Amino acid sequence: MINQYPLWKYLLILGVLLFGIVYALPNLYGQDPAVQISSTGGEPVGAPIRDKAVAALEKADIRYKSVTEHDGRLLIRFHNPEVQLRGRDLLEVALGGNYVVALNLAASTPGGLRAINARPMYLGLDLRGGVHFLMAVDMRAALQQALGRDVGDLRNLLRDKRIRYRDVSRGKGAIRMRFRNARDLDRARSLIHGKNRDLVLSTPSGQGEFALRAALSPQELTKIRDFAVQQNITTLRNRINELGVTEPIIQQQGKDRIVVELPGVQDTARAKEIIGATATLEFHLVDEEHSVEDAAATGHAPVGDRIYYDRQHRPILLKRRVIITGNQVTNAASGLDQQSGQAAVFITLNGRGARTMENTTAKNVGRSMAVVFIENKVATHMVHGKPVRVTRRVESVINVAVIRGRFGKRFQITGLESTQGARNLALLLRAGALAAPMEIIEERTIGPSLGQENIHQGFEAVVVGFVVVLLFMAAYYRAFGLMADLALFFNLVLVVALLSLLQATLTMPGIAGIVLTVGMAVDANVLIYERIREELRNGNTPQASIHAGYEKAFSTIADANITTLIAAVVLFSFGTGPVKGFAVTLSLGILTSMFTAIMGTRAITNLLYGGRRIKRLSI
Amino acid sequence: MEFFRSTLHIDFMGKRVWMAGFSVVTILISLVSLSTHGLNLGLDFTGGTLLEVEYPRAVGLPGVRQTLAKAGFPEAVVQHLGTARDVLVRVPPHGKESSADLSGHVLAALEKHAGSKLDLKRVEFVGPQVGAELAEKGGLALLYALLGILAYVALRFEWRLSLGAVLATVHDTIFTLGFFSVFRIQFDLTVLAAVLAVIGYSLNDTIVVFDRIRENFRRMRKGGTHEVMNSAINQTLSRTIMTSLLTMLVVVTLFFLGGEIVRGFSIALIVGICIGTFSSIYVASPLAMWLGVSRADLMPVRKEMTEADRRP
Repeated sequence: MINQYPLWKYLLILGVLLFGIVYALPNLYGQDPAVQISSTGGEPVGAPIRDKAVAALEKADIRYKSVTEHDGRLLIRFHNPEVQLRGRDLLEVALGGNYVVALNLAASTPGGLRAINARPMYLGLDLRGGVHFLMAVDMRAALQQALGRDVGDLRNLLRDKRIRYRDVSRGKGAIRMRFRNARDLDRARSLIHGKNRDLVLSTPSGQGEFALRAALSPQELTKIRDFAVQQNITTLRNRINELGVTEPIIQQQGKDRIVVELPGVQDTARAKEIIGATATLEFHLVDEEHSVEDAAATGHAPVGDRIYYDRQHRPILLKRRVIITGNQVTNAASGLDQQSGQAAVFITLNGRGARTMENTTAKNVGRSMAVVFIENKVATHMVHGKPVRVTRRVESVINVAVIRGRFGKRFQITGLESTQGARNLALLLRAGALAAPMEIIEERTIGPSLGQENIHQGFEAVVVGFVVVLLFMAAYYRAFGLMADLALFFNLVLVVALLSLLQATLTMPGIAGIVLTVGMAVDANVLIYERIREELRNGNTPQASIHAGYEKAFSTIADANITTLIAAVVLFSFGTGPVKGFAVTLSLGILTSMFTAIMGTRAITNLLYGGRRIKRLSI
Repeated sequence: MEFFRSTLHIDFMGKRVWMAGFSVVTILISLVSLSTHGLNLGLDFTGGTLLEVEYPRAVGLPGVRQTLAKAGFPEAVVQHLGTARDVLVRVPPHGKESSADLSGHVLAALEKHAGSKLDLKRVEFVGPQVGAELAEKGGLALLYALLGILAYVALRFEWRLSLGAVLATVHDTIFTLGFFSVFRIQFDLTVLAAVLAVIGYSLNDTIVVFDRIRENFRRMRKGGTHEVMNSAINQTLSRTIMTSLLTMLVVVTLFFLGGEIVRGFSIALIVGICIGTFSSIYVASPLAMWLGVSRADLMPVRKEMTEADRRP
């Protein structure tokens, strides 16, 4: 019998249809404005905090929709954004500094749908607003730092083994050691070779001196690079958690780049400041035996000293030796100094840092200690048409205080510019330092209002384009046109369902891709229907024409779609951010349209016409 | 409803010389413009900073320009976007300062001038190294898309047809790029995406015609290449117009309703669909004919063994 589908095909289509509807459904429910509460330490937020938050909200008469816990975080939903903001402000105060209260949009998908993992589409930053950063890790700085560490180690090693050297210094990408005679050189070489496998030793020739060059081995270089990127990602994650951003994306891209996406962030200036900052602290003893004026005038500091400047550009002579660095800080909080009322940062050190601090302060009671604030700024400039990266290290003494007694694990520092400065420094110390300085090489910020506007415009374009195509098809192909319309609608549902299921990012170009597939999806039906008309004109029976139309159009449809798919795949592999979204929706749309436009319309046609005597077709 | 009541017999192939002239002239114009003016590359490829801000009330551009010049951005390009309250500021890559901080400085200067907080709608900063990279990757993407499609078409069709199809696609790509070059329309990442979509679309159109040419060669015992091609184009004409029209309708919708971000994208598609439809009729088939495609090339290969196999 011609034009009849076996039962399983109908069931398959019905199954796919059902699947599409179920997974597209969450998009019909809106999103609730919500706040998300998490602890700064990362431990789960339990019932006590939940009760405290609820009590605070009820006391202030702020109405909320629901309170739920998931992944150790508390989610409080509100009825509108205005209440959400009030709720956030209130909770921030009520819960104190150990908790981060972040604004969030929580999907109000019913529980049944959530249980089968049906979620609304994941909107890209251009639709929901937010910040996208692409950051480049300065690998040269990371390598120089590693070499710097090795210089210290080598000096100690040589000293321990009583090998005399003239100097050990850090060159470009390698360490240079010079010795007085061949014997020392040989001993040093075998010693280093045995102790430090990560260094590749060579003897520079033709300089007439006893020199040894130590470069990092390729494996070590890779290790340092990977470590720098990984460490920076960890640090960024900590910092962003502190900022209270929900659903951030922090990923490595390529060898030395990191992508950071912060949905919904409004204060981009602060986000930029915190993310890119490489600020850390160092504690030095002040040299009080030598004259600062002399050193500053000549520009030469006494041996073991260095000239630093404070925020007012006054010179201060500090010992080179670092007592502790920001890396030894386990916790830091900002606040106000009880006596002076100045902004202060309260610091807690780790065990090793605390011991060093205790020893140093015990030995130096009555002398002064300085806190040096260090910031690495990286920027790329165009020099003669070529990008050149410049790292600038800014060091300033923020505080000098007389040591009045032994310091312990906890102490406070003052001398910061503002409370905001204190807050930022505390945050940076808590989150840890970056292993290597980073530079923002791409930024795309979309304000929340523009995001809304984009959603609105995109939605409108899809609906209008869709309706126009529907009307046109129905007018041109009548009954068959209506079938194609049904298939087209089903196609749209399937694309939305797949996007939701895959949680692929929907961007504005992605919406354009959907609009485009609406236009292109009907192409399959146009091909089939034109073919059917042609067969009818050639005098074939309606049944035979339908059969031949679908049969003959198929290979053309497949060919045509595969070529577009090839372009889409290339686009996907090339694509960054928004453009990738276009490639995704275009490919999905093409694939689903093959199913709906061919199988879907055929099934309806077969149901309506199959196995019956028909005189004429409404086409 | 039908556009054409019965099968048409328009002599498309007869007009091929005139149309080839049109193609050659437009392609030459495109190539000359591309090689002399180049494309008006957007921020994505050149690097630089872009800010879109909304003022609480209408603001005059000269004042904004002056403010920016005083703040150290004399080369900033300022324009209204949609309404007199929306202002778009573009700062090309700066010699001294090209870091991500620049947008903050520009905003600060604007807010000082306006005397109030401004609604920052969009910031884009692309570092010089990223821009150069994207431009390179974009060029490669175009090339790979063309190569990938060439490979597929070569597998599916006889080589003269596939070469004709790919040359027609290259023709459309150059035309679209040339259009952007001649009219100085900004070429950014989304436009590049649209050009890739045009490659897919244009080929799609050509393949439909070629499928029919192949079929007709096998079916029509009479008639030379000229007639076979003509009949194939005529038979698929109603489909070609219908699909192009529908796709055009949605893309035009996108142009009017989709907003600023996808404007360039829709222009590229509108241009691409027009030229793609044209080229599938007037470029691809004549090219294949000039390359000497004939019935013998398209007949299915008969296996010599079939007769022998059937014997018991």
